[in-house]
Amino acid sequence: MSSPTSSRDGTPVVLRRAPRASAEHVDRTYPLWFHIPGGVIYLVLFIVPTVFSFYFAFTRWTLFKATFIGFDNFVLFFNEPGLIGSLRNTLVYGFLTSGLKVVLGMLLAVVLSAPIIARGYLRSVTFFPVLVSAVGVGLTFQVLLDPFNGVVNKAITAVTGGDGPGWLTDPNIALLSVVGIDVWKGIGLATLIYIAGIAAIPNEYFEAARVDGASSWQVFRNIILPLSFPATSTVIILSLIGGLRSFDLIWTTTQGGPGFASDVVASVIYKQYQAGFYGLSTAGNVILFVVVTAIIYPLSRWLNSKETAL
Amino acid sequence: MSFRKRVPVALAAGLAGVLALSACTAGSLGTSSSSGGPASAAANVTITLLTDNSDQTAKPAQAMIDAFNATNAGVTVKLETRAQGTDGDNVVKTKLATGDMADVFQYNSGSLFQALDPAKNIVPLTDEALMGNVQDAFKSSVTAGGQVYGVPFGQAMGGGILYNKKVFADLGLQVPKTWAEFMANNAKIKAAGIDPVIQTYGETWTSQLFVLADFHNVTAAQPDWAEKYTANQAKYVDEPAIKGFQRLEEVKKAGYLNKDFASAKLTQGLQKLVKGTGAQYPMLTFAVSAYTGMSDDAAANIGFFAQPGDDAASYGLTAWSPGALYIPTTTTGDKLAAAKKFLAWVATPEACDAQSKAITPTGPYMIKGATLPDGLPTAVTDLKAFIDDGNNSPALEFLSPIKGPNLEKITVEVGSGITSAADGAKRYDEDVKKQAQQLGLEGW
Amino acid sequence: MNAMRSTTRWLVGLSGMVLTTVLFLVPFAFILTMAAKDANDASLLEFSWPAHFQLWENVVAVFQARDYMLIIAFINSTILTVASVTLMVVFGAMIAYVLDRRKSRLNPLINTFVLAGLIIPPAVVPTIWVMQSLGIFKSLVGLILIEVAFGLSFTVLTMRAFIATIPREIDEAAIVDGAGPLRLFFQVVFPLLKSVIITIVVVQSIFVFNDFQNPLYFLPGQQNATVQLTLFNFQSQYVTSYNLLFANILVITIPMLVMYVFFQRQIVAGMTAGAVKG
Repeated sequence: MSSPTSSRDGTPVVLRRAPRASAEHVDRTYPLWFHIPGGVIYLVLFIVPTVFSFYFAFTRWTLFKATFIGFDNFVLFFNEPGLIGSLRNTLVYGFLTSGLKVVLGMLLAVVLSAPIIARGYLRSVTFFPVLVSAVGVGLTFQVLLDPFNGVVNKAITAVTGGDGPGWLTDPNIALLSVVGIDVWKGIGLATLIYIAGIAAIPNEYFEAARVDGASSWQVFRNIILPLSFPATSTVIILSLIGGLRSFDLIWTTTQGGPGFASDVVASVIYKQYQAGFYGLSTAGNVILFVVVTAIIYPLSRWLNSKETAL
Repeated sequence: MSFRKRVPVALAAGLAGVLALSACTAGSLGTSSSSGGPASAAANVTITLLTDNSDQTAKPAQAMIDAFNATNAGVTVKLETRAQGTDGDNVVKTKLATGDMADVFQYNSGSLFQALDPAKNIVPLTDEALMGNVQDAFKSSVTAGGQVYGVPFGQAMGGGILYNKKVFADLGLQVPKTWAEFMANNAKIKAAGIDPVIQTYGETWTSQLFVLADFHNVTAAQPDWAEKYTANQAKYVDEPAIKGFQRLEEVKKAGYLNKDFASAKLTQGLQKLVKGTGAQYPMLTFAVSAYTGMSDDAAANIGFFAQPGDDAASYGLTAWSPGALYIPTTTTGDKLAAAKKFLAWVATPEACDAQSKAITPTGPYMIKGATLPDGLPTAVTDLKAFIDDGNNSPALEFLSPIKGPNLEKITVEVGSGITSAADGAKRYDEDVKKQAQQLGLEGW
Repeated sequence: MNAMRSTTRWLVGLSGMVLTTVLFLVPFAFILTMAAKDANDASLLEFSWPAHFQLWENVVAVFQARDYMLIIAFINSTILTVASVTLMVVFGAMIAYVLDRRKSRLNPLINTFVLAGLIIPPAVVPTIWVMQSLGIFKSLVGLILIEVAFGLSFTVLTMRAFIATIPREIDEAAIVDGAGPLRLFFQVVFPLLKSVIITIVVVQSIFVFNDFQNPLYFLPGQQNATVQLTLFNFQSQYVTSYNLLFANILVITIPMLVMYVFFQRQIVAGMTAGAVKG
């Protein structure tokens, strides 16, 4: 393997000394070819198929043949009776899971960064659910939340005497139940990111605060909160994107049901894919892409600008 | 710019890394997974059969393969399984589209078969001698563009209502011939403290039975309904087809369902039926094999009747054809010959006997000369009576290629009281439209 | 003052222990007890001690199912996870590093790609076509590269946030010592990323090992099954064998549990080291 570092760009005579030298210096220290190995895999296996799919979104596609039909798929998709409901569900799901993970994850991380007893145990236990696959979690909670035989409702009946709710079968609360499961499963990851973020804060800040006699709240408000901001923005972006695109947990718990009550855009897309409406499903992908981008792009720019401002 | 010069170098370096890695992992995969290896003798051709992984399919398929391998030198068949349901549909379609299909595969007949684009993907068997052994009634469900493509595998099924005979006897009830009688029975069953109708929306597909099994009544009222439906001239929102949705709504409104209808699954529904805590369960008869082991008297005590309509005179069964085995066009040469040899054997009564030994048959075979063993469960003999009498109509999916993918979600909504029968039927008509357009049918 | 502090520590710790145990451990205890029951006992769905404790029999049954498919699946999943996570971490760190350190006209484009990778749902069938034309469809290599492609964005995004906290002076010092970019990166910067690398290794291993949809589409065939597919196989049959279903969930969760317990110390150690260095 020849070392690219030795291929020095020596042709032009250095005229304007200072800027040229620094550009070359940057180039030598941080070579752009570092982007190539990952970039090639990404372009070939992700960008290229995605570009293909933008064409197929405008076709009626049976896998065996694709007929160009213009915007018909998009018209059909917006006529889909469940779409408006699923769009609303997507937003509810995305913002609820993300908000809960940000707030609860931060709180847990602060507690778990403090010198409390059994800290290692608590850190491990909150992370355990992250280790189980979505299929496993979905199946487990389907059983736990069974309206009549499930452990949860049996406990409720034992305490209150009445029947517990149909967590995953009542159309009014099915989506919220899945939100709860999602937070249960994902909180450990958010907490981990926060703990790492808090640990990255230089100790001097805490020392100085201690010398100044700052209260715990002041430490949290003036040191942890602002200085763990990169972690916060990571958690927000990741959990919101995850929430808006979320599909596997919904699919393994309710399959979008009962009826269409907990359908999100991603599950509608998947159902159309399953039904063999490949063009229509791909059009749904494009729509989901637009919706997520419209929310995430400005948000991430805003978070970035705040981050650099700090 | 130095960047441009460096691209090829870095690219080469990156590729070298990937290749080195791929060589290493591919090797380890090879050692870990290749169990068979290429056949040593060229004389023996090994072909694979892909079926779904349910016991009802995989067990008889394996039994059939074992019997075939034991008697047919030169060809060895191996079984491979895939997921069931809509995921399985996807697997089959993706495999066909990418040229990756097994040498022989099992799949539904009827509308699902039509969606595979048979003319392009499946080898026609119209002129093969083996078709002489296949009952004519079956052929239409695997025919596309005048060619016949599949050999039946498994048994015909009925869609209707499984019922607990002991509960009926205790309450002095008769098998209903009309919907009114059915509802009158339900009132008495409910008064006795038993759930009249079992529903199990924990497995959504089970919610479709009241609509699908009502089709005999639809054809009885309007014989050309299926053709008009395919031509976009008949709708579910109108009589007579809306009746199926209304019946679903009616039993829910009357409070005749088991209280855990929203979460129960097929097995739990069958348990209720066998125990007698529920009296009737709208179901396909393939479920018979799932309950016969639940108690000693289950096989004898559970009976079957067709879903009654408005008129006792036209009372009859909605029948389902079994799935079939197909050869994809990617199977060629020796393997094609071997696959045809295997299918020729599948279309014999011996192959049916092998299946019967592996799992209790739940309906008659579609192979000429095939017989059913003695001592069949009551529900199967009840079903057989309808078929032997000719008192039946094929289900809609064998008369029209259109089946909307969301029916089971819609019937859950109607059956749970989330929407009305009228709204559900309307929604299903829209669902159907997408399927028809996808298939490129005339008039949509 | 001190006494009060330690009381608070105990109170917070204790109440935390009770709460988290109920919230986070009961479902695991449930999985464990279900996995140890016989089929009839398990079908009651109760949270109770098994009438006949047969965890071992169930685990053996799960391993024996479908010609020991689970063992092959474990081998496949291990190769898949190790290879794809290694590539993801190395390639992702390289991208994140240059992206953070160097102002380039490429940066907006790369940033867009990073976000796009998180946002856009992958298109299955076009991806299969591309893989086929490269001859890597249905191969473990293909699936490894797929996981790398889909996981790179997350890796870059997370890495970058942490690389930004590493002072540039460290780079400068190494340059003065005469280090080239490869040496600077792999010998100086990379070790400093230890804690974030461990985080990413843990998170991405979990993601890849637990991934179910990508193997289903891009690595079809019985011989190629990954562990999540074995669960998928049981899922369709589990109404009659909840005990085996939960035994399967248990068995395929254990590797991740072990990995986490193993790495968790290093996360804590890495963090403590960072704090001491401060």
